[in-house]
Amino acid sequence: MAKRAQQLRPVDWAGAGLAALVCLALLGPLMAVMLRAEGPARLGPADWAAIRFTLIQAGLSAVFSVLFAIPVARALARRRFAGRRLFVTLTGAPFILPVIVAVLGLLAIFGRAGWLNAALSALGLGAIDIYGLGGVVLAHVFLNLPLAVRLILQAWLALPSERVRLATALGFSDADMRRHFERPLLREVLPGAALVIFLICTTSFAVALTLGGGPRATTVELAIYQAFRFDFDLGRAALLGVVQVAICVAAGAIALRAARVEAMGAGLDRPPMPWPGDNLRARIIDLLAIAGAGAFLVLPLAAVIGEGAVAILTLPESVWWAALRSVLVALASSALSVALALPIALFVAGGQGRGAVELVGFLSIAISPLVVGTGLFILVYPIADPVALSLPITGLVNALVALPFLLRALVPAARAAEATQGRLADALGMRGMARLRLAILPRLKRPLGFGAGLAAAFSMGDLGVIALFSAPSQATLPLEMYRLMGAYRTDDAQGAAVLLLGLSLGLFWIFDRGARVDAAA
Amino acid sequence: MRHTIIAAGLTMMAGGALAQAPVLTVYTYDSFNTDWGPGPAVEAAFEAVCGCDLQFVTAGDGAALLSRLRLEGARSDADIVLGLDTNLTAAAVETGLIAEHGVTAEGLTLPVAWDDPHFLPYDWGYFAFVHRTDLADAPTSFEALADSDLSIVVQDPRSSTPGLGLLLWVQNAYGDRAGEIWEGLADNIVTVTPGWSESYDLFLGGEADMVLSYTTSPAYHLIAEEDDGYTAAPFDEGHYMQIEVAGVLANSDQPDLARDFLAFMLTGAFQEIVPTTNWMYPAALPAEDWPQGFETLIQPQTALLYDPEEAAEIRDAALATWQSALSN
Repeated sequence: MAKRAQQLRPVDWAGAGLAALVCLALLGPLMAVMLRAEGPARLGPADWAAIRFTLIQAGLSAVFSVLFAIPVARALARRRFAGRRLFVTLTGAPFILPVIVAVLGLLAIFGRAGWLNAALSALGLGAIDIYGLGGVVLAHVFLNLPLAVRLILQAWLALPSERVRLATALGFSDADMRRHFERPLLREVLPGAALVIFLICTTSFAVALTLGGGPRATTVELAIYQAFRFDFDLGRAALLGVVQVAICVAAGAIALRAARVEAMGAGLDRPPMPWPGDNLRARIIDLLAIAGAGAFLVLPLAAVIGEGAVAILTLPESVWWAALRSVLVALASSALSVALALPIALFVAGGQGRGAVELVGFLSIAISPLVVGTGLFILVYPIADPVALSLPITGLVNALVALPFLLRALVPAARAAEATQGRLADALGMRGMARLRLAILPRLKRPLGFGAGLAAAFSMGDLGVIALFSAPSQATLPLEMYRLMGAYRTDDAQGAAVLLLGLSLGLFWIFDRGARVDAAA
Repeated sequence: MRHTIIAAGLTMMAGGALAQAPVLTVYTYDSFNTDWGPGPAVEAAFEAVCGCDLQFVTAGDGAALLSRLRLEGARSDADIVLGLDTNLTAAAVETGLIAEHGVTAEGLTLPVAWDDPHFLPYDWGYFAFVHRTDLADAPTSFEALADSDLSIVVQDPRSSTPGLGLLLWVQNAYGDRAGEIWEGLADNIVTVTPGWSESYDLFLGGEADMVLSYTTSPAYHLIAEEDDGYTAAPFDEGHYMQIEVAGVLANSDQPDLARDFLAFMLTGAFQEIVPTTNWMYPAALPAEDWPQGFETLIQPQTALLYDPEEAAEIRDAALATWQSALSN
């Protein structure tokens, strides 16, 4: 087995090559910024404070997101109820919203003038204050809980139904299920999920500042902003960019060590069965988890929709063109993301000791959008007009940004497919495309659909790079929304936000259909 | 993506067909060249007289604009940079990328004298705390604001130009006492946002009583929304000004056309567009020609402003004061 696994197949060469290419695409811009800098840079006390705050808020956000996600994912895996598909899609929405829209939605509920404080004061109770570290973590949990739920849910749904059936036949109790199935699968999926969320939160900037309440809430990303915009100190910006990469590599190494791969055994892809050991207590817990998550995730969205739904009808034409551009970029970026992720995932899953390659994918979350954007600008400028390339570059960068999410979803599934179907395929002498098409890809349908949908939706909501390269006539929808806000046109901006929400969800829904068909069966 | 590439190709071919007219490239901030900003009207007005093709290229806000110029250096395609303010001009001149404009500024209506050889102003405004008119006991100074329990949202000076303006406002008005003022304001500040848009949205959403913006912000609500429910609080110590300027790039391949544009910028054709698109005061238009509604805005008694060189010198120290006062 070990011998076979170490032979490099063509798909492995492709995977390894693409991983190297991705690495280059991410670290190249960082190098470019560093080389353009004049003189050496060093980090000041304020930078160290920023690093400290970044680690604390990202760590707390990751821990809470994952902890709250476990009961929700479990409930979704065990329960069948009307509207479950809709629930899964809707609760995924916060993750793909532009940050400021999500923040405004949260404020409508938890803010000083929000519903919660109105209710509290009606009851004669004191007000809660969302601003500060607590608010930052609350917003990050809101934004990332859906991702954590989906990643963990994937693992639950990957349990072969044959084994569940066996557990039922053996009369497993709830506790038996936990010990034999749920804890092992959580041990495998949690470190990776926590890592992804930790990394997303390390590059947080607008959330941390807006809800953090002031200079105390300075993240590394804001320090990069300051170095670039306030001081034009490219050396310090690049150095801080390196710090983010170092945080990423360290966190990745820890998470990979913590993850234990345990194949759940072979299965024949039958639809999930009723859960063994079900009882009233489990039902109540699941009900609370689903209702709680639903209220937490959907109410702020409802507030955003309530504010902007009417304005959609009267949106200026430019917003619709921006929406069209965004959809095209999202589709391209989703396709590119899948084309990159699939070979890399197969490579990682294809042999022992290749987990480190997965780290390459994570680099793209940890690298500062501002540094990547600036670096690409420096690289592209001598050969072409960066502004003319703004949309292709946006598509490329968004594909890279989505890569870790795709890998996160694909790698465990690919490992499972290799461990279960791979052996059979080898025994049958299946090789090359036939092996891939018949044995492996069918097992990856669900994570692929999820990942492609996520990549598309993510690209829809992204503001990062386009803001640096934007040409006036090539604005994407999020950028156009910011422009409306900047021109006092708050109502139109709220309308654009609802349009953005609708399009992101729509794209995600279309791609994710395959996943949901299985999930709901 | 293929469609994008094809579209880009077609655009380039169309551009080639029109290539007889010289192209004047103006770098500006995002909100200047949107359907709602001054850009389209200015482009039409200038192209009607210049026999040229005026093209705007946008980059974030004023600070991002300067970063963009620095990144591109001497090879920039820009002929004109429009949208820096006087807090950024010293750094811009220091790059050596800005030429002297050589235009005699006539008819300026700024409340301060202007003799900058590199930059000419096109609009200006006063920073101010904007609030609903039904706010009781609106403060009349930073000290009164600090003593009150009114809530405010402001912007971070490290990522936004109004945030930097507020920093310099407090510094200019209070000097050595700036740290003390910030400490007093700490419990009034609900939060600090990365940019103006986020702040203003929080304020409109009811998260704070007041927001750092401009004395001209109520004009938008009054004129565009026909809502007279907004005003700005006049402060006894005076209001810091923001003067937005344009300059010619030293490496422009259209220096004469660029100078024509700067001269055009100070004519009525350009100036009349500014107030109700950029929502600032025009820099060269007498008050009687301002749009109806502007006469309702508060008129600060004292205009505060640092020279560009002074602003550049005190910036870092003022930031350090701000950071330490608000981090306790």
